[in-house]
Formats: sequence, structure tokens, C-alpha cells
Amino acid sequence: MRAEKAGLRIFKRFLMAFSQLFVRSFIALVGMGLFLAGPARAADLSDDSASILAGNCVNCHGPSGRSLSAIPTIRGVNEEQLRVRLMAFREGRDAGVTVMTRLMKGYDADQIAALAKWFAKDRAP
Amino acid sequence: MTGLSRRRILGSLAAGSVALAAPSIVRAGAGSARVVIVGGGFGGATAARYLKLRAPQLRVTLIEPARRFYTCPFSNLYLAGLRSWESIGHGYDGLRGAGVELVHAQAEDVDTRLRTVRLSTGQTLGWDRLVLSPGVDMRWNALEGYDEAASLLAPHAWKAGPQTQLLRRQMEAMEQGGTFVMVIPENPFRCPPGPYERAAMLAHYFSRHNPRAKILLLDAKDNFSKKGLFQQGWKALYGDMIEWVGLTDDGQVTRVDAKALEVQTAFGQVHKASVLNVIPPQKAGFIAERAGVVDASGWVPVKAESFETQRVAGIYALGDATIAAPMPKSAFVANTQAKLAAAAIVAELTGRVPPVASYANTCYSLLAPGYGISVAGVYRAEQGGIAEVPGSGGVSPANADAAFRAAEAAYGESWYAAICADIWGR
Repeated sequence: MRAEKAGLRIFKRFLMAFSQLFVRSFIALVGMGLFLAGPARAADLSDDSASILAGNCVNCHGPSGRSLSAIPTIRGVNEEQLRVRLMAFREGRDAGVTVMTRLMKGYDADQIAALAKWFAKDRAP
Repeated sequence: MTGLSRRRILGSLAAGSVALAAPSIVRAGAGSARVVIVGGGFGGATAARYLKLRAPQLRVTLIEPARRFYTCPFSNLYLAGLRSWESIGHGYDGLRGAGVELVHAQAEDVDTRLRTVRLSTGQTLGWDRLVLSPGVDMRWNALEGYDEAASLLAPHAWKAGPQTQLLRRQMEAMEQGGTFVMVIPENPFRCPPGPYERAAMLAHYFSRHNPRAKILLLDAKDNFSKKGLFQQGWKALYGDMIEWVGLTDDGQVTRVDAKALEVQTAFGQVHKASVLNVIPPQKAGFIAERAGVVDASGWVPVKAESFETQRVAGIYALGDATIAAPMPKSAFVANTQAKLAAAAIVAELTGRVPPVASYANTCYSLLAPGYGISVAGVYRAEQGGIAEVPGSGGVSPANADAAFRAAEAAYGESWYAAICADIWGR
């Protein structure tokens, strides 16, 4: 009985690790695809306009993007990683996502690049 | 005070901004402009904070009668017994710390020629830009028999405060197996998913304290926000406790008798309630009328790219009081409008290029602990109006599993903590 349960636990752990690996490599592949497609032009948006886009995010992600809760902190995240992640939300390729897919479809590649640039820097809102 | 010319304002703000070369935050010089904001809720308090963040030398005065602001968001959770009353109250010390001047008074009148606002204290304040974020007022007697006196017997509880606490006491005192009747208005009104979340939160309370209770929703329309998700959730969580009657099935209430706790529908049906909750038709808060910025609908038309009112230059309006469809009258939306308006005001005062408008919404509704749903949208200014960005937004999937609903319940809590910290906290 006990051995059976332990076996099941190990199997579950294996499954979890495998699926995490799968998700990570998937995100990495998606990132490469976007990179090959060419970098977005964050520079086209003024800083003021970028700050307005960022203002939409901090309502959930915390003041300045520093979270107080279960919602991830986005301040100080590596610019390229954040851009790739946000683009994956936009394309609906990130499984298990609740609202981010619906929200990121509201922004184009340039706006997403501007957001990633905005939150990568350590600064006030 | 009011004689400050635009040139002088421009001169002092712009000089500072160039000298310090801060691209996103204007560092204004001394003797700069004054912005007065009426209403310390999600729109007004956000505007105050973000004006100060963008232009620290700007004189920003926030007029709000309450020393502690109780939010409509999460007031349904208070009714359910899931939140304490104090947990939905927020003081203004954070804003004071950010350099905002607080005046706890009622704004009673606006002189658009002299650019002043008169307060209940008799004081008169001058402004260079005025921001009105007055929320909603009830249209008393628009629904026959429902006036302010009636609301003391049959509360609306649609402004968080004594009304909410009265409704909670009535719920507690309701006889076993009684019927809670909620009257719901046509669009537009504050917080479109609010009545339906309230129904679920009432059911959560009654299922524990009054399990044979019934909740009857009499609605003046056939469709409502997140309808499919609410109906699915009500059924799954509370069986037949909640009954919704839409317009087509004679759900529109046309007369209220608050003393008898009875309502009558358009086709003459009379419903007797044990507890009666009437959410009446609404309009922009009265100061918007006094300022002459409302149109015949009772709401405030605004410019989509700045939220300056269409009727009076130099006066901006935010939040539930405005005509901003397809954006809903929500706290989230008021906050994003306020951030844009703050940036637009600073840009205008300093002669800079205004930012490109972007607004967003995410409204979570809680149906039970661990069961949340959401609606979201992203909006922009387009051809003189506001438009939802095509392909963006929408509601939670109908077929989501329990983990998804649990995540959205947790995110709803997180949203509340984040937005309140963004506005009143820090």
C-alpha cells in the first residue's frame, strides 16, 4: 500500500518536472522565433506614451510594477524576456493563463516592446 | 490666483523641465499652476497622485468630504461576511505624503468664468485646471416611489457607506426562508457586473445563515455583463436560490413601495420582499451639473484623447460620471482615465506633446470563496471617440476548470490590494 503511494508520488513528480521542462523549452523556442522575426521598435513611442501603457499594468501588478501579492512583479524583469513573454500572451500560446491573453491582444508589437523597456528599468512609475 | 496666465504657467513649468532634462517627469519651477480635483475615489485620487508624480511643483488640491473612503469594489464581499468593513476603507495620509493638499469639504458650485470652486465650508478655491470625479448620484423618483427617504427603508447600497451597512443589518435580520428582492436598472449604471456579483455574495451568506432564503433579481434588461458565467456559477454554487427575471419576462420594476416592501413591474405583477434592495437609475454626481459639463443624458461627454470635458475647456471629468462607452463604469477604468488625464494636463501646461491615449479594464467578480470570473478590455481614442482595440478583451472561458476559477478569485484579491496601494497607499 505504502510503496504503491510512494511510487505514485514519484511518478507525479516526474510528470510535473517533465511538463515544466516542456513549457520552458516552448517559451524559449517562441522567443527565438520572435527574435528571428526582427526586433520591435520601442523607440517610436514617447516616454510619456509608454508611461500611460504602463499605468494600465500596475493596477494589478502593484505600484511601479512591484507586486504585493500572487500576481507577478514585472519591475526589473529582463527586457527581452518580458517582451517575449508578453508576445506569447498576445499570441495566446501560454497555457493556463487567465486574463493576460485577453489583455495583451490589445497592444501591438511596438507597444509591447515599449512596455518591456519601461518595466526593465529600475524607476518610479 | 486665478489670474495666472497660461504663458506664466508654461514658462515656469517648461523652464524647470528643460533645465533638469527629466523626460517623463516634469520638474516645474516655483509659482506653478494649481489643479483642483473634486472627488477622492478611484478617479480623483488617482489623478491627484499622478499629477504630483509627473509635476511635483504643481499645486494639487483634492476636495473630498470623507476622511476615510470606503470602496464600492469589494463592498459585496463585506455583505457576504468575507471582508471586514474597515478592510475596504482607505485614508488620505498616503496622498498627503505625496504632496497633495486635502480639503475635507463638499464642493457645492463651480464658476467656470472666474475659474473657482465653492466649498461647503464657505471657502472658494481658484484653479487653472479642474478635474471632476464625482461618481454617480441617484435619480430620485425616476423610479416611482423611490426617493432618498425610501432608500432608508429599501437601501440601494450602491455607494459604499451607511447604505451598505444598513443592507447588511437587514440581511442579518431577515426571517428564515424569506425573499430578498433586488431591483436592477437599465444601462448605463455604476459597475455593470455589480448586481450579479452581489446576488452570489448574498447567496453565499444565506446558504450559511438562512438556507431556505430566496433571492429574486428583477432586471430592467435582458442582457448583462458576464451573464453566461454568472448564471452557470449561481446554479453550480447555490442551486435554485437565485432567480433572475429579465425585461422580456416582466422583470422591469416601475413602482416601489418601500414602506410595504413591495415592487410592481411594468405588466402589473406585485412582488413582496422580506428585504428590498433597489438599485435606481443614476446620473453624474451633482457638481458636474453645477459646472455645466453634463449633457441631456445626465452624464458628462468628454474628449476621448484627454478626458477634458466637451462643454467647458479646462475642466476634465473622470470615471463613472463620464460617457466613455464602450468602457464600463468601473474602478479600474476610472484609474486608467485619471492617469491619462493627469499626463494630458501636465503636457498641456508645459506645452509638450500629449501622450497617446490608452485605457484598460479588468473587472473581477467573486461568486464564492475560490470562485472568480473576469471581464477585460483595452481601449484607445479613435476618430473622436473611444473604441475597444479589436480582438482584445472578453470574459473568462465558460468551460474553465476549478483551478482557473480559483486563480481568478485570487487575482481579484490581488487586484484590489494593488489598485488601492497605487491610489491611497505607499
